[in-house]
Amino acid sequence: MKTRTARALRCSAALAAAGLLLAACGSSDDGGSAGQSGTTSFTGRGPITYVAGKDTTGAVQPVLDRWNKLHPKEKVTFIQLPTDADAQRQQMIQNAETKSDAYTVLSLDVVWTSEFAAHQWIDRLPEQQFPLGKMLKPVVETARYRGGLYAAPASSDGGLLYYRSDLLKQAGVTRPPATWAEMKADCAKVKKLPAAKGVSCYAGQFQKYEGLTVNFSEAVNSAGGVVTDANGKPDVDTPAAKKGLDFLAGSFKDGTIPKEAITYQEEDGRQAFQAGKLVFLRNWPYMYALAGKSKLAGSYAVAPLPGLNGPGSSSLGGHNLALSSFAKNKATALDFMKFFSGEDTARTFLEKASLAPPYTGLYDDTSLARQYPYLPVLKQSILRAVPRPRVVSYGDVTSAVQQEAYAALTGTKSSAQALKDLQRELQKSTAQ
Amino acid sequence: MTAMTSRGTTAKRRGRLLYVGVAAVVAYCLAPFYWMLVSSLRRTSDIFDTSLVPSPVSFENYRSLFGASQGFTRALLNSLVVAGITTVLALLLATFTAYAMARLEFRFKRLILTLVIATSMFPVVSIVVPLLKLFTDIGWINTYQAMIVPSMSFALPLAVWNLTTFFRQMPDELEHAAMVDGCTRGQAFRKVIIPLAAPGIFTTAIITFIAAWNEFLIALSMTNRPDMQTAPVAISKFTGATTYETPFGSQMAAGVLVTIPLVVMVLLFQRRIVAGLTAGAAK
Amino acid sequence: MTDVEIPTGTAAAEARRPSRTPVRGLRTRSRATAGSGRMAALLVSPTLLVLMIVVLYPTVMALRESLYGPKGLDPKTGFIRSTEPFVGLKNYADILGAAGDRFWNAFWNTTFFTVVTVGLETVIGVAMALIMHRAFSGRALVRAGILVPWAVPTAISALLWRWIFNSDGIANALIGHQILWTTEGFHAKVAVIVAEVWKTAPFIGLLVLAGLQVIPNEVYEAARIDGASALRRFWHITLPLVKPALLVAMLFRCMDALRMFDLPYILIGAQKNSVETLSMLAQNEASNVRFGPASAYAVLLFLYVFLVALAFVRLLGADLVGGTAGGRRKRTGLWFPRRAEVTV
Repeated sequence: MKTRTARALRCSAALAAAGLLLAACGSSDDGGSAGQSGTTSFTGRGPITYVAGKDTTGAVQPVLDRWNKLHPKEKVTFIQLPTDADAQRQQMIQNAETKSDAYTVLSLDVVWTSEFAAHQWIDRLPEQQFPLGKMLKPVVETARYRGGLYAAPASSDGGLLYYRSDLLKQAGVTRPPATWAEMKADCAKVKKLPAAKGVSCYAGQFQKYEGLTVNFSEAVNSAGGVVTDANGKPDVDTPAAKKGLDFLAGSFKDGTIPKEAITYQEEDGRQAFQAGKLVFLRNWPYMYALAGKSKLAGSYAVAPLPGLNGPGSSSLGGHNLALSSFAKNKATALDFMKFFSGEDTARTFLEKASLAPPYTGLYDDTSLARQYPYLPVLKQSILRAVPRPRVVSYGDVTSAVQQEAYAALTGTKSSAQALKDLQRELQKSTAQ
Repeated sequence: MTAMTSRGTTAKRRGRLLYVGVAAVVAYCLAPFYWMLVSSLRRTSDIFDTSLVPSPVSFENYRSLFGASQGFTRALLNSLVVAGITTVLALLLATFTAYAMARLEFRFKRLILTLVIATSMFPVVSIVVPLLKLFTDIGWINTYQAMIVPSMSFALPLAVWNLTTFFRQMPDELEHAAMVDGCTRGQAFRKVIIPLAAPGIFTTAIITFIAAWNEFLIALSMTNRPDMQTAPVAISKFTGATTYETPFGSQMAAGVLVTIPLVVMVLLFQRRIVAGLTAGAAK
Repeated sequence: MTDVEIPTGTAAAEARRPSRTPVRGLRTRSRATAGSGRMAALLVSPTLLVLMIVVLYPTVMALRESLYGPKGLDPKTGFIRSTEPFVGLKNYADILGAAGDRFWNAFWNTTFFTVVTVGLETVIGVAMALIMHRAFSGRALVRAGILVPWAVPTAISALLWRWIFNSDGIANALIGHQILWTTEGFHAKVAVIVAEVWKTAPFIGLLVLAGLQVIPNEVYEAARIDGASALRRFWHITLPLVKPALLVAMLFRCMDALRMFDLPYILIGAQKNSVETLSMLAQNEASNVRFGPASAYAVLLFLYVFLVALAFVRLLGADLVGGTAGGRRKRTGLWFPRRAEVTV
């Protein structure tokens, strides 16, 4: 390409002007290090690093210690990034942009996998080396890009419907709602109780941030629609999707969802639920143990998310392990990834850090289910889960979703208009 | 305050007014900070409280800050080193430059001052990637200089401009008199101007120090070893017990802990400021 | 206070015609000698050298980068191409054309925030400085206290204010009415302004205070004897004398406010039209790995900030750069009695 020569010239001119000699120049091609053909050679042994957001539980380091004891010449150092997911992604991208070998194994949020794979910031992995058959299918899907495996699922997460079992029981409701209509009907019954004064019906995460994308996608999927189809093409301007968005927008309008819920993130919703202000709340499993320590202990339970005509679908959370293309000692890294994403490690993380495992077997383990009563429900939730759009420009896609969903929820746009605009925006950002 | 009022009542009224003013200033500045302090003293479970006094008072957040895994003490030390060296270097360089700006006549003066301020205008987010590439190549990642040198980009202009203003307010005559008495230009500057401009210099130092102390993006990008991170970076890594839990309490506790050393420092410096001031006034 | 001289053209007199003083005319008075030129070069060069290294290099890189488009996706391989296409000024054209609405919205938000916050900060900061300048017991403590807002790291203060403006937060508890501060609307702007002014008014306050401290008391005494009212004294003596310090403080505040990012981003959130600033747009592009457009935003923002700074220096420049400040005056005798002319 002639642009490249011109580019190189211009680049060196700029560098000379700045009086600095610099090897790496923004976009210089280093010869296509990896991925192109999917034949990365995993060679080299020695010390590596594991890069993840700050460990919230203290469970990671002991597992690393276990590895380090077994492999004294191939030690893993834990590089902890900020708690904030955006900051984590930014640091990982900066590392890739500078082609630095500081990061070896990356803990990627499931929605980043496509982007990192497409940029060839991470290597394609040999599929047969990971026990994918023992994992929940939707979880494995999050680790693929264009059919290739680019990451090893390490943990998962799915949405649950928390409900006030005490109030439902008092109102004579015997089982949690499976559809939105049932949920609204149950609320109507509960609200008649004297104990339910000032209680609102439902909330999720509706602040304009990633949580809104999660909640919007769930509503659309639970009504039988999709945001992007199986090939990653946007297909959101459909009657089914409209029914999903209408549920959320309509609930805001008729007060089923309290109006302050437009500012809710996970913690605000949990707070409102624990303060007894909500009958139903969509939230992640993390809240189960915390609510048990609040005054609501014993008066709540979980169920799969409700949908339009039956049980709904959750979005998928969780993290995947990926191998930085610019790393050294890839043979060690691959071994470490197998160890770190293995079933034993997943069990440790479930026991010590209550991280939802990708392995089917662990959900059916009775001793674990005693420790975490929500596990059977979570398994159903994850099995029916739909990953958020798996696209290269996920950042643009989620921005567009948040923009339009927020407009519909706050009533500045009709849901039909919002979906139409969203479809157009998504086509634009997935076309590149 | 008319001329007709007798001196005594005016003074008394003014005194009372002054205290009302002081109280207003203190309330304005410290009320939100008080809220920060109160929030940091709550237990994680009653973090959503809006009572004005935490009950029960809990030091759980502070304990977790100094827990082994957070490495917060080390981070405070790193911040002190980075901000301290940045301030000293910036002040040193800026003093020379500001002296030239205030005292010497030469061409391109306005251009240079404009250039100096222009350099502090580029958004940090857009200079961080090129700098990161540069520092990676010269092996500066995880070093103090990788944080100090970029911090000069905002510390130097701030110091140059402020010092220039303060030096300009000093009368030439004193310096000339000193030079007549046999001092060199440098001595005259050091012995006459610097003490007189002390309030300005120390204020500049404090402001520069705080700006460097609070720098986040550069410090985050240039380090990946926990023992090299600065306090703001360490704070960004505070977590709750689970991913979604906001570690609000410990973040507020950290906010209190990074603010207090600064205030103590200012209190210590103040004696110098006052000393400088009286030296000036006694003249 | 006896030997009060009344030199012509004192600073107080200048105050009445502050920025109209022709700079050039005054400059001719001072001769630029070869010697002082060399000395100046010696004194100035270290600063320029450091700034060159830390700023010029990245800036040139950013300028160059702004002429390149984002790397495209190769539909055959499914990978992002390894080179960025050269697109010339297309990034700029897109920003002002296709993304024009968003750009201008952010532009006006940025401008609005800057004008309002710097205006409020100046008033509050000067008031603080005037109060702090008085002698009263516990002054040292109070003076350290006003530093607190500025000393709190921006990200932490944004979190603190988000907490305060939470739907169940203390702000709503105090006003006894639930306002959803973080939703779109004017109240979101108000929240940002309150938090920003709280944090940065002390910056101006401190610099003005330092400016006040170099005004000798005798000047006030003289004016008081002359019977000038407090307001007049402030307007004709204090203000002109602290003007250089105040202007520099305001200039730096303006430049920071124009680049405001953390506060609206953390307090209100990304992509809220009511508070989106130019820096947030640049950050948004960069975080989506479109470094070209991100740099273009940064360059535009840079130009805007630069123009504002230039206007500042031009309009009010005499006190900042030119040769008219009090200190440059040839004076006979002691320096403080120069203000005694105020007899109004």
